[in-house]
Amino acid sequence: MSKSNFTRRGLLKTSGIAGAGLALPTIFTASSAAAFTNEPTGSTVTLGFNVPQSGPYADEGADELRAYKLAVEHLNGGGDGGMMNTFSSKVLQGNGVLGKKVEFVTGDTQTKSDAARASAKSMIEKDGAVMITGGSSSGVAIAVQGLCQEAGVIFMAGLTHSNDTTGKDKKANGFRHFFNGYMSAAALAPVLESMYGNDRKAYHLTADYTWGWTQEESIAAATEAMGWETVEKVRTPLAATDFSSYIGPVMNSGADVLVLNHYGGNMVNSLTNAVQFGLRDKQVNGKNFEIVVPLYSRLMAKGAGENVKGILGSTNWHWSLTDEGSKTFVKSFGEKYGFPPSQAAHTCYVQTLLYADAVERAGSFNPCAVAEALEGYEFDGLGNGPTLYRAEDHQCFKDVLVVRGKENPTSEFDLLEVVEVTPRAQVEYAPDHPMFAGGSLGSCNPGA
Amino acid sequence: MDAILLQILNGLDKGSAYALIALGLTLIFGTLGVVNFAHGALFMIGAFCAVTLQRILTLSTITIDETQKDFLGNPLKVKTPYVESWFGPETGAAIIDWSVPLAILFAIPVMLLIGYVMERGLIKHFYKRPHADQILVTFGLAIVLQEIIKAFYGANPIPTGAPAAFRGSFDFGSMFGFDPNTIIYPYWRMVYFAFAAVIIGGVFAFLRYTTFGMVVRAGMADRETVELLGINIDRRFTIMFGVAAAVAGLAGVMYAPINSPNYHMGMDFLVLSFVVVVVGGMGSLPGAVLAGFLLGILEAFASMNEIKAIFPGIDQIIIYLVAIIIILTRPRGLMGRPGVMEE
Repeated sequence: MSKSNFTRRGLLKTSGIAGAGLALPTIFTASSAAAFTNEPTGSTVTLGFNVPQSGPYADEGADELRAYKLAVEHLNGGGDGGMMNTFSSKVLQGNGVLGKKVEFVTGDTQTKSDAARASAKSMIEKDGAVMITGGSSSGVAIAVQGLCQEAGVIFMAGLTHSNDTTGKDKKANGFRHFFNGYMSAAALAPVLESMYGNDRKAYHLTADYTWGWTQEESIAAATEAMGWETVEKVRTPLAATDFSSYIGPVMNSGADVLVLNHYGGNMVNSLTNAVQFGLRDKQVNGKNFEIVVPLYSRLMAKGAGENVKGILGSTNWHWSLTDEGSKTFVKSFGEKYGFPPSQAAHTCYVQTLLYADAVERAGSFNPCAVAEALEGYEFDGLGNGPTLYRAEDHQCFKDVLVVRGKENPTSEFDLLEVVEVTPRAQVEYAPDHPMFAGGSLGSCNPGA
Repeated sequence: MDAILLQILNGLDKGSAYALIALGLTLIFGTLGVVNFAHGALFMIGAFCAVTLQRILTLSTITIDETQKDFLGNPLKVKTPYVESWFGPETGAAIIDWSVPLAILFAIPVMLLIGYVMERGLIKHFYKRPHADQILVTFGLAIVLQEIIKAFYGANPIPTGAPAAFRGSFDFGSMFGFDPNTIIYPYWRMVYFAFAAVIIGGVFAFLRYTTFGMVVRAGMADRETVELLGINIDRRFTIMFGVAAAVAGLAGVMYAPINSPNYHMGMDFLVLSFVVVVVGGMGSLPGAVLAGFLLGILEAFASMNEIKAIFPGIDQIIIYLVAIIIILTRPRGLMGRPGVMEE
């Protein structure tokens, strides 16, 4: 009589173990086949352009997207090559990146953190984007930067000006070419002192979110250091549209300078209201009343119309610069689209070239290799003079422009004039500066 | 004291806009029984009537000036508006300068037409449907209108200035014996307040002293009886929808110089205007006007530093807070009639 151990339960047990054993290697191989997230295996590489295509910053987003498309065209050998010709690094040949043709997908941030994260996530998971770039708000940039860090892709920030992006919220996978609130303050303060003197009383109206807070802090610190007094700091809701009830009390406060830490629609409306109230025609403390808009954007200045005339601010780049890089970029952008690029377009174009260049130099799309190639990288010829991508916080250091609303514009684009190009040394700060303290880069995440 | 006077003034112009929009909302609700969430979009379209007229007036011939260069180094294209070449540079420039007040004439027919098309084309199909359906369809319509405007005019605000004569501000402080510069108020906002008063007065007079208005009021009170008398009340209500659209549109036209119009401005006013209607009492026209000014002034007060120091963030919630208190204590709103929205 033969005795068999072959039971139903035994069969289930054995096949269960065998099944798990067979499945085990595929679980490992599925993730270990690629060395990093979205490693490009075919003849193309996909970049993700995450810009506001709807909502209040849609026009700025559209300009960013134009710049990205131009950059892709140039990287793939189309057009006149743009700033690839003036870039100090010569590794980009116009044959794509590492021989792979550059393709792109776009997402709509809607200037909302959750929408921006969702569109970035979709581009990474569904479209296989190996790098995400864009954004027109610091809230969005910080949210997407965090997501890219977790997902293991590089984030090349677009227009984001909060100190926190490369301060307490900095990430090893995130890089910012745009300047920040501290740099605006450092560049503006000496010009404000020479034009308006060192005995002034400043009143701040500030957009109530990360960017507004850090800019207010930076400007107040820089102006107080040169002898100004900060009379009042008033936070205004981001959703505010009419600022009359905030502007009325300014004249009562004894202040003789109004600092508008506003951007976008907020800036257009608060500046328009301030001018309507006749603030600029008033005399306070025996001096002319002045208004300062620390972060200027030409696209926004257009919305405020004549109200920007004579008002000081700072900007990352302006199309009227006469260095070779800027001239080349304005020419290729202007001939393609019929108008000069904005500072948002400039920073996005430059970020795309810098990423492609870093990949070429690293010889890999691996985010850790790319990050290493970008860290401490010195370059020139991209419109801002000699520039450093600092390793400690992934912030670019370069000259900053102090600009003023032009009194007699010759065209609809000719709204700002460059008052001073503040040298890089004057806007530099230590990586552990108190305004940037609190976070750490962590280590780079290749994902996978 | 001067700070309080200043905030009352500040509340007046905002209150004027709320009152004008809420007046139209109440008219539509009272006559047609429709909760119209597209009303903010009508305000926005009004503002864009001003933008459009400004664009039409500045249509230009292009001449090439070889002596000047554009940003690419090509000869500069100089634009001369047609009105300047037709009427001479000075008269032409004056016409362009006055484009916002002129836009009132342009906006009235446009808004009446838009109101008529909206009511006949879409909203009339929703009279017998629940309020929730009406809200959904009109809110959807508002988004569609908003996106159409954005597609044509872009997302950035478009500066639309007041005539040069009304720029600058008036020093109320020195008039009432306070220090100079303590109470300043822009001329155009005074114009806006006066304009709102005229429009509100006009609508009330129209309803009160014309036969048409009498029939409409009768229809609002008892629609069936009016119909039994052989009066086509539907047609009159359609016209009232057009009038309400025109009121919102005119409020928008005159608001354009206060804040540069953008496609989103209607939504910014819509929600608050609904609160105004509810606080004033659903279906009550005087209530809507009273609540509009009341909430506008309260909002201005809540933005004062002294008040924000005690209640941080009060400027963002004051209107809703007041609305809750009023609804709790007077469920029909300030001047609501019994029986409205109480079925």
